Order: sequence, then C-alpha cells, then structure tokens
Amino acid sequence: MKGIIDLTIPQILLAYVFVFVVLFIVRARGIKREREILLSSVRMTLQLILTGYVLIYIFENPHPLITIAIILLMEGFAIGTVFQKFKGKLSRKLKRVIALSMSAGTLCCLFYFLLAVVQISPWYDPQYFVPIAGMIVGNSMTGVSLGIKSLTEGMTMQKNLVEEALVLGATPKTATRDIINNTFDGAIMPTINSMLGMGIVFLPGMMTGQILSGIAPTTAIAYQIAIMLGILGSVSLSVILMLVLGYRTFFNEQDQMVDS
Amino acid sequence: MFEFRDVLYKDILDLPDLEIQAGIVTTLVGPSGSGKSTILRLLNKMTSPTSGKIFFEGKDLAEIPSVEHRRSVAMLTQSPAMFSGTVGDNLLAGFRFQQRPLPEETELQETLYNVHLNKSLASSAMELSGGEKQRLALGRVLLMDATVFLFDEPSSALDEDTERFVIERLTGQAKEKGKTIVLVTHSKAVAETYSDEIVEIAGGKVKGRK
Ligand SMILES: Nc1ncnc2c1ncn2[C@@H]1O[C@H](COP(=O)(O)OP(=O)(O)OP(=O)(O)O)[C@@H](O)[C@H]1O
Ligand SMILES: [Mg+2]
Repeated sequence: MKGIIDLTIPQILLAYVFVFVVLFIVRARGIKREREILLSSVRMTLQLILTGYVLIYIFENPHPLITIAIILLMEGFAIGTVFQKFKGKLSRKLKRVIALSMSAGTLCCLFYFLLAVVQISPWYDPQYFVPIAGMIVGNSMTGVSLGIKSLTEGMTMQKNLVEEALVLGATPKTATRDIINNTFDGAIMPTINSMLGMGIVFLPGMMTGQILSGIAPTTAIAYQIAIMLGILGSVSLSVILMLVLGYRTFFNEQDQMVDS
Repeated sequence: MFEFRDVLYKDILDLPDLEIQAGIVTTLVGPSGSGKSTILRLLNKMTSPTSGKIFFEGKDLAEIPSVEHRRSVAMLTQSPAMFSGTVGDNLLAGFRFQQRPLPEETELQETLYNVHLNKSLASSAMELSGGEKQRLALGRVLLMDATVFLFDEPSSALDEDTERFVIERLTGQAKEKGKTIVLVTHSKAVAETYSDEIVEIAGGKVKGRK
C-alpha cells in the first residue's frame, strides 16, 4: 500500500479552475448566479478549513463531553435545517414531533452502530463517532425532510379524502393510512436507490476517502456496507417515528381535522 | 334526538335553541351560504361549536367519542369524494374504515338498485358521471349501520324522476326501520312531499318551522 499524496496549497488552488469554468459558463449565458457560486465556494473552503482544525483538536483531546456536545450540535443543526426549509408551514406540535423523532431515530441507530457493530472503545472515540454521526444524522435529515414534504402535501391535497374517510367512521389513523405509507415509501426510496447503484454506478464518498488514504479496499467496503445499512435503519426509524407521531398533529382531540 | 343550546359557530351560525326529533324526516331549507351544511357537520361532530352545547339523546356531544358518534350518525356530504378503485370498493369503504365484516354481494347489488345506479360492482368509480358518483356516495352511506342519517343535498345532481325514486326509497326505508333523517335540499317539492318537519335557515339562524 502506498500512502496518500498530500495536496499542497498550489495544488488545491489548481482545483479552483473548475469554479472559474462554471463562472465563465454562467456569465457567458447571462445566468445570474455568479454571486452564489462564489459565495458557496468560499464558504465551503472556510467551513472545511475550520472543521479540519476543530477535528484535529478533538482527535488529540478526546473527551466524552466534547463528543456529546458535537452530537447535540449536529442534531440541533439538522433539526434547524428542516425547520428552516419548511418555514411557516409547520405547526408547533409538528415541530416538536420532528425534533423528537429525528433525535430518537438517529441516536438509537448511531449508538447501536458504534457500540454493537463497530464496537469502538471508548464509546466517545471522536475519530469514529464524529464522521459516522455526521453520515447518519445527515441522511436521516434528508429522509425526514422528504417525509415532511410529502406528509404536509398529502394532508392538504387529499384533505377531502381524509375528511370523507372520517365521515364514514374512520379513525384518524385509518383515514391517513395511505398517505403515511406512501410518504414512508417515498422517503426511504432515495436510500434504497443509492444502495442499488452502489459500487457500480458510483463509489460512495466514505469508501473513496478510505481507499484514497491507503486503506485496503476490502476494509473500506466492509465499512461502507455496514454504514449503508445503518443509514437505511436510521432513515427508516426517524421517518416512521415522525409519521406515526406526526399524523396526529393534523387532528384535534375531537378527531376533527384542524384548519391549517 | 338532537338539541342545540346557545350554539354559536364562528360568525356563521347562531342557534339558541333548535331541536331535531327522533324517528322523523327533518328538512333544512334556506339560501346558499346560510349554514345548512355547517349544521350537518355539527350534528355528526365533524366540527364542534365555538360556544354552546349540542345534546345527542340527552348526552353532551362534547363527551361522546367522535369516531363512535360518526358511526351512528352517518352523513352524505354535499360533494362526496370518491376513493380510487371500483364501485364495489367505494360501497365497502365504510365497512373497511370501521373494520366491520364485509356484507354479501347481494346486499351491495340491492343498494345499487335502491340508489338507481345501473353499474356493475367492478366498474371504475372514477369514470362515473357526477350524478352517478353522487348516487354511489349515497349508497355507501346507506350501507352504514347508523341510527341517524344526514343527507346534504342528496339529489342535487339528479333528474326529477331519479330524484323521486331515490328520495322515496331513502325516506321509506328509513321510516320502516325507525331511523332519524335530516335532509338538506333546495327542492321545494322534495321538502314538502317527504318531510315531517321543515326548518328554514337564513343567515345562520332559524327563520321558521313547519
Ligand atoms: N371551514 C369554514 N371556515 C369558515 N367559513 C366557512 C367554513 N365552511 C363554510 N364556511 C362559510 O359558512 C357559511 C355557511 O356555509 P354552508 O356550507 O354551511 O352553507 P350552506 O347553507 O350549506 O350553503 P349551500 O346551500 O350553498 O350548500 C358560508 O358563508 C361559508 O363560506
Ligand atoms: Mg351546503
């Protein structure tokens, strides 16, 4: 195994050529996106540099409280991102459900994954905890986002069907069964599709990273398989929790639909 | 059967006292937007009054579990939604939602006859005409095991002959079995011919009774 080629700063600067290519394209075509492209490039660079230094510090000074603080920060950020995305469209109760189901779903899967599957020790080892938590929380956030979108759309667009079911004596649970099942299906499909294409259509980021850093492909693959299953579990658990708790927020205690 | 006491609903209804008797056909008439549909929704607890109380068989509606109540007070809504699938699926919708044992096919056929719907159980519900959908929805409600039936303009999309046939069956059957019926209609003829009591609603208030 040969080690990784360390990228020097001039080499990284060469990669910025791609940004100039994109800038050239949008300018030539009069697409007004220069600002966003520059901003996102600069932000990405600064955020990653900062993260790099933070990670160096954390890896050198492992401490359970730091690990806990990081996972809380990640959860908070992920939940905040979902809230931001659906600004003004979520009831207070639904927000509470989102926060609860995302935290419970991801934390259960994360700890099972780290302690039972990878068996890290100590339990707060940041070298494993941080990147794996990032992947699990990030993917679950995407899943829950998709789920919320399709749940709220379903409840608005099929409001008359849900009402009709209630009129015909359905409980809110039965009346929303189809919406909930379709939503769950739609929310886990991206994960399932990416599993289908994995290794053939594309090489996943984590695996690529490990291989680049000189780790044997077999080890990298073993990790990738395990993390994919962990992600599938966490996405499913977070989304189903969100749905089974969330549908109720569209009804009041008299089993009537609340006006949004 | 139903008793309204000082009921206000938003700024739409103001019903200090309204009584609906058991075992008869009560018809609500009145101009569009006067609040007739809203009254029916209150009766089967799809909504609740902003203030005041409604009593059902002497019991405060607020204390009766809503889903249970809707099963005994069945309602045909003004523009009923169709569920995807066949005519048969739609007739069985109530049974599925209430998790009741499914009826024999002959009972479904009989219901189709009663609502004057000449379609097979296997035909697609989405492909029915407006009036056919309305009759299918009516059949779906009639199959429910209820003591009170609320019909919101059951014949608005029907021609006169079909209307007479359907309403006659509907009120006749209900009377035989001692059911209570509350009917909303814009048809003077229907109101006068088939009701035991006519309640005139205007601007969310009771304007008169006959
Ligand atoms: N959910 C609601 N929120 C606020 N206002 C409503 C709501 N539903 C109905 N309304 C209003 O209440 C009034 C009464 O409506 P309702 O449907 O009861 O009238 P209606 O007598 O059944 O009329 P029509 O004969 O046209 O069916 C209308 O002005 C309507 O705009
Ligand atoms: Mg109406």
